[in-house]
Amino acid sequence: MKPHADGPRWLNIFHFASPYQFYPLAGRLIPLFATLAVLLAMAGLWLGFAIAPADAQQGEGYRIIFLHVPTSWMAMLIYVAMAFWSVMHLILRTRLSAMMAQALAPTGALMAFLSLFTGALWGKPMWGTWWVWDARLTSMLLLFFLYLGFIALTRSIDEPDRADKAGSVLAIVGVFNVPVIYFSVKWWNTLHQGASISMEKGSTMASTMLIAMLLMSLAAWMYAITTTLSRVRNLILQREARTRWVQELLAIPANKA
Amino acid sequence: MSSWAFFCTVIRRDLFLAWQQRGDLLVGLVFFVLVACLFPLAIGPEAKLLSRIGPGVLWVAAILANLLALPRLFQADWQDGTLEQLLLAPAPAGMMVAGKIVAHWLTTGVPLTLIAPLLGVQYGLSSDLLLMLMATLFIGTPVLSALGSIGAALTLGVRQGDMLLALLVLPLYAPVLIFGSGAVAAVAGGLNGYAELSLLAAIACGSLFLAPWLAAMAIKLAVE
Amino acid sequence: MILIDQIAAQRGDRPLFSNLSFALQAGDCIHLRGENGIGKTSLLKMLAGLSQPDQGQILWQGQALTELGDDYHGQLHYLGHKDALKDLLSPYQNLHWATQIAGNPLSEAAILHTLAKVGLLQQCDLPVRSLSQGQKKRAALARLLATPRPLWLLDEPFVALDTTAQSELGEWINNHCQQGGIVILTSHQQLPSIQHVTELTLTRPL
Repeated sequence: MKPHADGPRWLNIFHFASPYQFYPLAGRLIPLFATLAVLLAMAGLWLGFAIAPADAQQGEGYRIIFLHVPTSWMAMLIYVAMAFWSVMHLILRTRLSAMMAQALAPTGALMAFLSLFTGALWGKPMWGTWWVWDARLTSMLLLFFLYLGFIALTRSIDEPDRADKAGSVLAIVGVFNVPVIYFSVKWWNTLHQGASISMEKGSTMASTMLIAMLLMSLAAWMYAITTTLSRVRNLILQREARTRWVQELLAIPANKA
Repeated sequence: MSSWAFFCTVIRRDLFLAWQQRGDLLVGLVFFVLVACLFPLAIGPEAKLLSRIGPGVLWVAAILANLLALPRLFQADWQDGTLEQLLLAPAPAGMMVAGKIVAHWLTTGVPLTLIAPLLGVQYGLSSDLLLMLMATLFIGTPVLSALGSIGAALTLGVRQGDMLLALLVLPLYAPVLIFGSGAVAAVAGGLNGYAELSLLAAIACGSLFLAPWLAAMAIKLAVE
Repeated sequence: MILIDQIAAQRGDRPLFSNLSFALQAGDCIHLRGENGIGKTSLLKMLAGLSQPDQGQILWQGQALTELGDDYHGQLHYLGHKDALKDLLSPYQNLHWATQIAGNPLSEAAILHTLAKVGLLQQCDLPVRSLSQGQKKRAALARLLATPRPLWLLDEPFVALDTTAQSELGEWINNHCQQGGIVILTSHQQLPSIQHVTELTLTRPL
């Protein structure tokens, strides 16, 4: 794709849709978001683990929610973001959108996995077992499988164009299904397990806890943006390896050395 | 050619082809029966337990049997090139996929629905439970074929396509499984189960409406 | 009748062809040439409407393919690498279903008449898998003669055919062009006795 030279760049929303333009922009943004992620995570962890008071019912064990809740939110949000970029890809036929969706998926899968893992850790003191077929845990598990399916599909198709479009179709099918899955699992759960302890119970949260949770969520956002941008940069280099600008880019460090 | 005529032609063609290879259809049915027979062997012959897990087991077995038959939807046509000719018919590709979904349902979902009561009897399900089981399978299996068609189209000609197909499709089947076996469980619990059944019907309407177009999109990618 | 307007295509990040333009009138026959992997099949698929070019457009009788949609498919026959035959079915059944799908159901007599033209009358009830490669190709070519359509897109139609069958196919192509049809074909072989064929060699863009 050739760089568009016409018109001031802020007038053209497609200016950065070209991988050639986006690559350096992403490179400049990554350190910014990475720093923000580290700072926010440090503040959030400090507030959550050192300052926030212990919970009356659950003692110190509850503190894992500072990891569990942000990762769960991100896992769901990233899937929606993936679906958004997929729609953009199918409508506008911009390759960068599909790359964004594919770059988001591993982070989303990681977040879903962390959510399940911390959920199990939290479940042990709360429910006495590592795993309960709680509505949220179950639908998170299915979401995790949706991520794995997306990653497996896009990785196993060799032609990039088809991988992009196939992944987009799958992400859109998935995003229709996520609410249905969540709703159906919840329905199933209330039918089968009326007596299980609900997570909202006794959640009169202290304001420090709330702030710590928000800080951690923002840190997760920043982390997700950082990893996605760096993955997009890798994808761009792989896909555009034959173009002149990538070859020039790769030639510069070689000349300096 | 009108879309409707094309739709009917595709159904007739696929049914004719399925009839030419009717042994394959039987394999799917035998698989369904076998899976259903394995559970009592694993769990034990206690009648009360069996009648409790029966609807769930039969639904899972139906889903697996459907999954086994999914590659048949497009694979053969894709390999011998007839899929290109189907796409080149002067009618929308979505209608072609819709026809194939219906034919697939008639050759997998309907036989499963018809044979399920026999297996239900083995699990000691009462007659009203059997009736509800048949009703849920009748409404739920078209959803399996419809959602499955998207997965089958996406994995056409992909490395390890059949394994991938299972990974893509099984999470999507979860709601169908929940409402399908849930309706039967509701009847067993003394309710009428209409709520689950109508939710299942809603899912069926939604997926039968949307799936053909998405699957058609995915098929075009495989043929390009 | 068909106008190819500055189309470009790429496979992955590799450009196949770009700025390709040509126009065909009724009676034209084009022989696409070029090395393997240059994009001849991709171009035929674009002309058939099975895929879209990355840039440019294709016009049929002044209308873009994207506007014509599925109706355009009624104007053409596409013979791909794969024969589009069901191994289990006989040539008769194959042709029957092919014409049904194409929206022009034929009578039994018409199907048999077509199969006689391609020389498969005796084999018309044998399953296709028992036929030779050349006979399979003939069974596939029967589709072209079954329903008259102006545009023929043929991908390597001469492969597996013996010399008599090749000259027969050449005859059919000649007839088709004389009746105002258009033929676009790819072939690595020398074409047998086709009149007024224009060669078009695809080259890799610089």
